[in-house]
Amino acid sequence: MDFMVFQYPMISVQACLDGILLGILFALIAYGMALQWGVMNIINIAQGDLVILGGYIAYFMYLYGIHPAWGVIVAPIIMYFIGVGLYKLVINKVVDRDLFISILATFGISILFMQLMNFAFGADVVLANSGYGTTFLFDSAVVLPNSKIFSAFISILFAICLVIYMKKSKLGRAIRATAQNARAAKILGVDTEKVYAATFGINAALCGVAGALISITFTIHPYMGLPYTIRSFMIVIVAGLGNLPGVALSGMGLGVFEEFADYILGTEFRIGAVFLLLVLILVYRRFKLSRKREYLK
Amino acid sequence: MKINKIILSFISAIALLLSTSVTSFAKVVGDKIVLGSAISLTGKYSSNGVHTQNGYNMAVDRINSMGGVKVGGKTYKFEIIYYDDESNPKRAAQLAERLISQDGVEFMLGPYSSGLTKAIAPVTEKYGVPMVEANGASRSLFTKGYKYLFAVLAPANLYLDVAIETAVELNGGKGVRIAQAFEQDAFSQDVRLGILDAAKRTGSEIIIDDKLPKELNDMAATLVKVKQMKPDVLVVSGHTKGALTAIRQIAEMKVDVPMLAMTHCDAAKLSKQHGKNSQYALCASQWHKTLTYKDDFFKDGMTYAADFTKEFGYDPPYQAAESSAALLVFKDAFERANSFDQKKVRDALAATNMQTFYGNIKFAPGGQNVDKPMVLFQVMCDSAGKCENKVVAPLKWASAKLIHPVPKWSDR
Repeated sequence: MDFMVFQYPMISVQACLDGILLGILFALIAYGMALQWGVMNIINIAQGDLVILGGYIAYFMYLYGIHPAWGVIVAPIIMYFIGVGLYKLVINKVVDRDLFISILATFGISILFMQLMNFAFGADVVLANSGYGTTFLFDSAVVLPNSKIFSAFISILFAICLVIYMKKSKLGRAIRATAQNARAAKILGVDTEKVYAATFGINAALCGVAGALISITFTIHPYMGLPYTIRSFMIVIVAGLGNLPGVALSGMGLGVFEEFADYILGTEFRIGAVFLLLVLILVYRRFKLSRKREYLK
Repeated sequence: MKINKIILSFISAIALLLSTSVTSFAKVVGDKIVLGSAISLTGKYSSNGVHTQNGYNMAVDRINSMGGVKVGGKTYKFEIIYYDDESNPKRAAQLAERLISQDGVEFMLGPYSSGLTKAIAPVTEKYGVPMVEANGASRSLFTKGYKYLFAVLAPANLYLDVAIETAVELNGGKGVRIAQAFEQDAFSQDVRLGILDAAKRTGSEIIIDDKLPKELNDMAATLVKVKQMKPDVLVVSGHTKGALTAIRQIAEMKVDVPMLAMTHCDAAKLSKQHGKNSQYALCASQWHKTLTYKDDFFKDGMTYAADFTKEFGYDPPYQAAESSAALLVFKDAFERANSFDQKKVRDALAATNMQTFYGNIKFAPGGQNVDKPMVLFQVMCDSAGKCENKVVAPLKWASAKLIHPVPKWSDR
């Protein structure tokens, strides 16, 4: 236990800001997961691998002399088509099956992606340098890399665009209708097959954006996808399906919680602390639900 | 009854046939000494696995073309059977079994990484197969009492020992304040133990002791603490990912620390790809091409590097150099044992005392090489922004003077 974080108030500010910026980025990935989970009832284990693939797109642009920030535009376009392709090849066969089958199928896709990326890009850890510099706050007591600020800003931008798109566009309305009741939507003339493909594509595109951002803020490696899957899964579990502001809030909350756990308990317990929190939330939810049930009885 | 007898004799005939065919397969066929190795050609260690394989192959070609191995008045050539262990310890252990019991290999070369070597060592030990390995540095490999395991490299706990001693020396012999962050894997934790030993020995104090989880590529929290506590030395070890994460975040957060010591800088291609961000980082290395060790096969480090680059198209990382050295050790041991008896070869290996282009090699009873110190190089950049690794310690091989303390970011 180390309470340095409370002795130096500026460290608390730093931890909060780091956590929020990190959380926003994770929330974007979780948003995609929540969307396709809600619409298609599929838990996508390959979510993190799609993120890493997006990261490699930005990294290769960087290698060829293009600024990796352009990856934020290029990666989602490529990833959208990869997502749609993946849907047509595999996902459409498991979409109506039970959850276990879809987990198994996406787990397979995840392994395949890892190996293919390893084969194509090599097993080296890589990153793309954005050269964005650093922001100093409070007389240099708080330090924020501009790449993290950029990532958070872009994530928010994409999230807002998506919310508006879901509300206003025809496809967005069709997606929401399908999420509410696929059968009814089908009867009313919505081509659910198309909606599913688009949803999976949009999810992959969001992963692409997040991946490009991760390549300029952290590092990427073919086998580094799983932590992103788990993190986004957790954010969705905490927020609940179909609760988009909740996803953003729980993303940031988990980010901040993680940072504080790091300072107080030590880095080695950082991820453990997040899991512990998840268990507590699930237990609390169950407890609350069972009380509600009794009330209904 | 009679039928039973016939079946029984049939089975025993087949068993006999199988057992003889296995031994006739074995290790020394005609004029060839067949070595076996499970190596990571795919999976997460594949880059370093390939370096290891290239190192082995280069040495095999060189030794064979320069007269081979002379045992009992006859000349033999090396040949290696490779299997891909997919970077998976379980698979590596299975393949070692297969190499020994099916392919009849009687002498093994090590895989890449401490983890995989740990998986294979019990198998080679069980069958009494001598294994010379070049890429498993974890201290735990050498404390198990293995009799058939020999490592040409220095153990992990010595990786950054030199850095702490240098820092103390520069501090006028007084202890220093150390901040450290290590990934939670066998290798990095061994490096950490080495630092703890060095700190105790020199009267230094460890003020930050963070453990980085494997799945984390963010060490901002550790760096904030470093900014606040202002240690004299920051030590980071977590394979390539650790090195890259540290360099990126130290540069972004403008963390000033008088000495930054790390592992895996050359695997992370710091000086080439991250230029000025990595400037002044001190890196532990098993080998550097400018070291002046010599042997008859590769001459010296510079010649080895030039030949390697000509053959494989890239500068040899130390993983390749130490792998080549493993074969020189085997050749030497076979010739001194003057036999292919596994016990005799094992004893000859244990008595090894030689110099190769990679360094002096002499094994402790645990199997680790105790005659080759680690080197430290520092990333140094010229005014045009071109960066290079220059050896700064031990002083005997230093090609440049250590820059200490590291200039502040505001002055760069």
